[in-house]
Amino acid sequence: MGAYVVRRLLWLPVVLFFVSFGTFTLARFGPGDPVSVTAGQVRDPEVLAQIRRDRGLDSNVVVQYIRWLKKAVQGDFGESYLQKGFSVSELIFPRMWISAQLGIIALVIVFVIGIPMGLLAARFAGSWIDPAIIGTLLFLQAIPVLVIIPPLIWLFGLQLNWLPVGGWDGVFEIWWIAGVVAIPIPDPHLYIPLVAFTLPGFVSVARLVRVSALEVNLEDFVRTARSKGLSETAVQFRHVLPNSLLPLITVVGFALAGVIEGALFVETLLGINGIGRFTFEAVVSRDYDVILATTVIFSAAFVLMNLVAEIAYGFVDPRVRIGASRG
Amino acid sequence: MTAPAALAPVAESAPIKGTSEWRIVLSRMRRKRLALISLVIISIIYGAGVLAPVLAPYSPTQTNLDRPVEKPSRDHLFGTDRLGRDELSRAMYSARTTLIVTSAVVLSGGLIIGNTLGLLAGYRGGWVDTLVMRVGDVFSSLPSLVMLILINATLGPRVTEWTRWVEDHTPLSGLVASGFPSYLLVFSALSLFFWVGTARVIRAQVLQLRERDYIMAAESLGASPVRVILQHLLPNVSFLIILSLSATLGGIAGSEIVLTWFGVGVQPPAASFGAMLFEGSGTRTFAASPHLLLVPGIIITLLLFAFALLGDALNDAIRGR
Repeated sequence: MGAYVVRRLLWLPVVLFFVSFGTFTLARFGPGDPVSVTAGQVRDPEVLAQIRRDRGLDSNVVVQYIRWLKKAVQGDFGESYLQKGFSVSELIFPRMWISAQLGIIALVIVFVIGIPMGLLAARFAGSWIDPAIIGTLLFLQAIPVLVIIPPLIWLFGLQLNWLPVGGWDGVFEIWWIAGVVAIPIPDPHLYIPLVAFTLPGFVSVARLVRVSALEVNLEDFVRTARSKGLSETAVQFRHVLPNSLLPLITVVGFALAGVIEGALFVETLLGINGIGRFTFEAVVSRDYDVILATTVIFSAAFVLMNLVAEIAYGFVDPRVRIGASRG
Repeated sequence: MTAPAALAPVAESAPIKGTSEWRIVLSRMRRKRLALISLVIISIIYGAGVLAPVLAPYSPTQTNLDRPVEKPSRDHLFGTDRLGRDELSRAMYSARTTLIVTSAVVLSGGLIIGNTLGLLAGYRGGWVDTLVMRVGDVFSSLPSLVMLILINATLGPRVTEWTRWVEDHTPLSGLVASGFPSYLLVFSALSLFFWVGTARVIRAQVLQLRERDYIMAAESLGASPVRVILQHLLPNVSFLIILSLSATLGGIAGSEIVLTWFGVGVQPPAASFGAMLFEGSGTRTFAASPHLLLVPGIIITLLLFAFALLGDALNDAIRGR
């Protein structure tokens, strides 16, 4: 197990190397090279040459890449081409924190609703309820985020005037009762993005839980629990549920991927100043060092999440470890 | 790209029975009403795409500035967009774009790259296997959407330049005008990311088949690797190929729409659901003329839902349910 973890960890720098080198080269291929992006309206050849020298853009791509890599390893991702005077890290990390909060809440909701749905579907396997649940969740997954958000904003933001139409104002809002008692409630800015984030996620969780619960339902210990007179609820929650959750660890990585990619649209459409919207804007305005940094950080998060999932899976299910010799 | 994880168990549990496999799967499919309904939905949308030049009541690019953003009426069943173009015709040509992109990516990324690499990796093993699987790992550990947007945004102008050069130096013409460069780029970029799932599924199955007696018999009779792969392995993984490809269809169609929505996919004036959605996705626009969002939105939702149901049904049918 130890050797396996080490081998997988060694894999991380390899992936990051390919990702960063690929992105780096692509960025140099794009229209509007970094020099003209930095210079903005200025077209004076001397200024351009100066910028080129300052930014080290006069050497060849490989040299530039190595220079970038040396700094990046130390956590310095350079300076934004557009928002001059700001380092990329300074710009990225506060935004990542916003997106991470949203993403974590979304993931928790996906699991909290998806798991009971899966158990319910398995419980009623063979009747119409099972396909109805899975079918409904599949349908929710099929509605593109791009399609669902404008009606949500229109309905809750403009027609009913219940929720703000976009933006971000922290996770909690404090309700003061008589100016003395403070009650934290979820901030109203959260609801629309969370609906958009979670709707596509339920089905994969529910389906996995359903399949494994169907298998667990046939096990001897479940029959024993039933025959000794436990109520069906107790059987489901005490015996079936814990044993059906195992495969869920494998979806955490995919669910995270979904949330990260969803952030691109949700944040762009709702004006949330997170990393998704920032990445999108960086691509549009060709702020290459920002793009590089976000791509590398995203990929690192991906690889690490999958690694953690695999290790955790090996921990809870020793059977996996035997086969673990094959990466 | 969730397909690989969902599909992995199939490789182990799927019975291997030879060519009658197909008939069994088909007969099981015939009993599934939902699968049939989803097939009908897909056929209607794809059929509209194929027949768009014949059936579309108007030209998809014909603007009519006298009648912009009209609600659905007898003249324009789905209304008109901001430039007065007929939404129904736009939708039909968008379906054509979806059809072109999904089939091109399934053919190249799925069938040609994914299938070949999966067969090779599984059958040859050793360093070929390691190489293919590691490269696959790199691709699947990338945030594919971010990468796709980046690739399309940076290479788009270059591809157009190259196409112009090709037009100038060969008898080909009208490529740039027909929107060919953006199709080419979208399809190549998507192929780059959509082969991994198929390759993994096929490899896993081939790893098991490789140990079978009939493969060993073929090898000991002196069959070349190419012959073993084409004659003995390919027919036995064909149902898996169909399954894994059907699982990727929704993802491919969705990705093209998203890329175009971001402005880096299929370029105007070519029609795409992504461009149609973009036009309708402002909140004020939605309040004033909801049909701009609802027409493409409902069609896409139906299409993606049908793909999901079909994939589900195929999965069940192959697993023996």
